[in-house]
Amino acid sequence: MENNRQKMHEYWRRNLRILLTLLGLWFAVSYLFGILLVDELNQFMLGGFKLGFWFAQQGSIYFFVLIIFIYVWLMNKLDREFDVDEE
Amino acid sequence: MSILAWTYLIVGITFALYIGIAIWSRAGSTKEFYVAGGGVSPLANGMATAADWMSAASFISMAGLISFMGYDGSVYLMGWTGGYVLLALLLAPYLRKFGKFTVPDFVGDRYYSRTARLVAVICAIFVSFTYVAGQMRGVGIVFSRFLEVQIETGVIIGMIIVLFYAVLGGMKGITYTQVAQYCVLIFAYMVPAIFISLMLTGNPIPQLGLGGNVEDGTPLLQKLDGMLTELGFAPYTDGTKSTIDVFFITAALMVGTAGLPHVIVRFFTVPKVKDARKSAGYALVFIAILYTTAPAIGAFGRYNMLNNISNRSTAEMPQWVQNWQKTNLISIDDKNGDGRIQYVKNPDANELTIDKDIMVLANPEIANLPNWVIALVAAGGLAAALSTAAGLLLVISTSISHDLLKRSFMPDISEKHELIAARVAATAAVVVAGYFGINPPGFVAEVVAFAFGLAAASFFPVIIMGIFSKRMNKQGAIWGMVIGLVFTLAYILYFKFINPEANLPENWWFGISPEGIGTLGMILNFIVSFAISRFTPPPPPYIQDLVEDIRIPRGAGAATVNH
Repeated sequence: MENNRQKMHEYWRRNLRILLTLLGLWFAVSYLFGILLVDELNQFMLGGFKLGFWFAQQGSIYFFVLIIFIYVWLMNKLDREFDVDEE
Repeated sequence: MSILAWTYLIVGITFALYIGIAIWSRAGSTKEFYVAGGGVSPLANGMATAADWMSAASFISMAGLISFMGYDGSVYLMGWTGGYVLLALLLAPYLRKFGKFTVPDFVGDRYYSRTARLVAVICAIFVSFTYVAGQMRGVGIVFSRFLEVQIETGVIIGMIIVLFYAVLGGMKGITYTQVAQYCVLIFAYMVPAIFISLMLTGNPIPQLGLGGNVEDGTPLLQKLDGMLTELGFAPYTDGTKSTIDVFFITAALMVGTAGLPHVIVRFFTVPKVKDARKSAGYALVFIAILYTTAPAIGAFGRYNMLNNISNRSTAEMPQWVQNWQKTNLISIDDKNGDGRIQYVKNPDANELTIDKDIMVLANPEIANLPNWVIALVAAGGLAAALSTAAGLLLVISTSISHDLLKRSFMPDISEKHELIAARVAATAAVVVAGYFGINPPGFVAEVVAFAFGLAAASFFPVIIMGIFSKRMNKQGAIWGMVIGLVFTLAYILYFKFINPEANLPENWWFGISPEGIGTLGMILNFIVSFAISRFTPPPPPYIQDLVEDIRIPRGAGAATVNH
């Protein structure tokens, strides 16, 4: 029982690490690249887009989708590793 | 065939479809009524969530807003999509494991308190009603413009349709109707966008066309920046809001999205925890299709306007401008009498006024598309407004029948009676929403945007702390919600209603506009909850066990609280 408890704490710790990493990416593509650093990034071009503007109106949204699917994949893996997945 | 005939035909077919689905999927139990029986596939749930989420405002107004705001419009794009990352990572899987019917259910059980449940019910009803009143008005406006009936008649037709599938089908009926509505609305949105992108940039994908080149070989956005600067406007890709305000508004919209009860409740409808994670991803894919197209429509619209209208003679106006002048959505006033239209920033010299809603509504005509496409856009706008209205009405009826009656005041009510109560509450909510749609109180339009700020300042922190802090207790949660809500509401009321003349950047706290203040309310909520919970007793052991339990995916659907 005690062993299981410890295992679940480890599961939660790993879960939090995945969360924080992905939320860091989420913050970077929106708040950092799309808002705080927008002027600096706008000096670069991505095709016909200024880079900062692209992150604000297109890129951040593509990354958001990507972040969720990476999360789904990592968590499914973690669930299986700790044997807490649903059949 | 005329536009009107096409509109009756296409709108009629889609409505018959929605009603057919409602009859086929009517709810027989409270579980089906509240959470569609908990057996919706993640893909269908993602589509339904997207339709639920994208309202008349997203469909009709957003592209126009971005068109006139340029870079500043990014707050809506990032704000209304980024919230899904928070939902998927921080809320959906745990709430699914918790396995109840509503957000107040979670708050009430996790914080072992009837007071907390009631505060949450009040927040849910308040947020949902302000939002739904705007939707019913939207339904009325779309009807009156495309079916050529009175706005009042339009609202009543909309009420009857929603009444039919929300009351009969509950969440189950709504979910499958919304899947159909999503298909209608996204098709209606994309067809004209693709044609306009082809016309302007030669690229059929609007998302790429936005970064494409116009006829003379310069990038569209660069050309747009140049044209606007010449007329005295800010460059399209720069915007005018301060960085701190853009930051706070984006955050308030993101967190608000993650805190809106009608969105959260959707994650109770899938069978497993991993389905809840996945369906948030699907929902965002379906939303992103529209949300990455909207900035393209916005920029194309502004470019078309500058190119086809500005500094042209009144005789040279394209046909669509003349058509829309009749609706007063475009008005031209040749102030200096030179026979040409000057579109400039200075309001005294400007001769062209354009309603922002026109950017989507006039798209098919701008692209010279056949009449059936115009009818399709009408059906799409109605699908967007009706699906959101239905989702919100369900939150209101569930809050009343489940949280107020079953869980607070009449715990002995039978399942059959609870179901009847839910249907009566849904009917009453439709009637009230319809009344507000016909007689909109002046403040409705102002308040809708703030539903997000309020959701951000009240629900989001209590749910997050309920999952991630075992130490968070009822005193902290209740005071956090109350103070977050009161602070946000007071700031908004002061600048929007009590002293609107003072609503200027120099008077705002830290330069944060009322639109972005929900973020500060949320921070305040976190601080207050944290501080108060340290000076009051920790939650009882069974609650701490409950929190540990919702963190583990296995056995979803089995998680219950034993009082």
